[in-house]
Amino acid sequence: ARPPRRAASASVHVRSSALPPSLSKSAAAYLSSAPSGGAHVLPDLPYDYSALEPAVSAETMELHHSKHHNTYVTNLNASLEKLDAAASAGDASAIIGLQGALKFNGGGHVNHSLFWENLCAKGSSEAPTSGPLKEAIDARFGDFEAMKKEVSAMTVGVQGSGWGWLGFDAKTGRIEAATCPNQDPLHATTGLVPLLGIDVWEHAYYVDYRNVRPNYVNAIWDVVDWSKVEERLVAAAAK
Amino acid sequence: MNPQKLPLSALFASAAFASAASLELPQLPYGYDALEPVISQKTLMTHHTKHHAKYVNTANQLIESGDAALKDLSQEQIMTFYQDNIGLFNNVAQSWNHNFYWHCMKPGGGGEPQGKLADKITHDFGSFGNFMDEMESAALTAFGSGWAWLGYYQDEQKLVVVKTTGAGNPITDGIVPILTIDVWEHAYYLDYQEKRKAYVNAFFDKLVDWEFAEMNYAAFATGKEEL
Repeated sequence: ARPPRRAASASVHVRSSALPPSLSKSAAAYLSSAPSGGAHVLPDLPYDYSALEPAVSAETMELHHSKHHNTYVTNLNASLEKLDAAASAGDASAIIGLQGALKFNGGGHVNHSLFWENLCAKGSSEAPTSGPLKEAIDARFGDFEAMKKEVSAMTVGVQGSGWGWLGFDAKTGRIEAATCPNQDPLHATTGLVPLLGIDVWEHAYYVDYRNVRPNYVNAIWDVVDWSKVEERLVAAAAK
Repeated sequence: MNPQKLPLSALFASAAFASAASLELPQLPYGYDALEPVISQKTLMTHHTKHHAKYVNTANQLIESGDAALKDLSQEQIMTFYQDNIGLFNNVAQSWNHNFYWHCMKPGGGGEPQGKLADKITHDFGSFGNFMDEMESAALTAFGSGWAWLGYYQDEQKLVVVKTTGAGNPITDGIVPILTIDVWEHAYYLDYQEKRKAYVNAFFDKLVDWEFAEMNYAAFATGKEEL
């Protein structure tokens, strides 16, 4: 049985302008009353480390989940503790100073939580042939293959570390292709609701594909969980 | 731009640093297996023949198809004046950065710098240990792909540690590169996986070529720096 899904919708709201004392007290109260005492947790994968082979090896999955994602969670929690202290003290300068670490580690946690959930074993999910996701893909890209081609090209083209995304634009009601650098989270950065993420940090593929990012991006489509992508689209469109 | 700062290429002893018109993949200063076991042959081959080579090839294509003026500029000039042209900057800078990085390592490297550079490090950082703390911190806190540098900030005549992201090179801030370490994941992932700290420590313990760094410093220090 799949373990309960957690953390996929974890989000961190941080204000970067000065907090008046009354607000800083309530921010601290929020942080300490948050789930798990304010601490984020590494979510369990919905499958074994070997489930995504051959697209992604068990070795990569274990490193990626238990090392990289875990570090983001640990460092996010540490940054939030510092934020709590800074907020309680009404120290705007310290709050602002934490932005980089919060975006990086918070984004890392959010992104990877989304990522694990939009992947599944090869053959256990098929590209949609009807329904809202297919309609949205066709409306924006023409057809599924065209969408794959465009998203792949953009994702392969990310300079350095970053992510490729399919996202939902609530303003237009359409889906869009996007990329973000480093661990910048899609929604906070662009306003698009994340539907499908593809990690192209080198750690996501280097063991299996070395420098050949295009082969990895090509292969990852085999292990996308389309039902999850559609579930996210339906939820986003309903708001 | 202060003409004394450019071109760096004229001042590096290695013939591998050249102008953009003849951008070539330079040979490594050592064999692919020379840095084992600290950096494996597999990593060096992939890093040099795939990553570095691609940057050089792409840079050449962009120079060929770009402004005619590009062909008369040095790599450093392109990096300085074409920062807004992301593709051109990234590929020329990464070609330069990797060439520089290979020279920052040698088999049987490590230890500490000597002579004027050693004195200047002690003067500007307090101690070599303090400098290493800053350097390690920079190497470990680059958010994503990047580089950590020891550089010489000419305006203030002092050594600085800086980190850059992606293809960034400190010469665009008027800082002369003295030494660098590549912390893009491709530089260490096959050998160290996520353990970037182990790679950085091993680089400084076993590979760093301080003579190259001393030579770079000597090329730019006027000898009149306050000590």
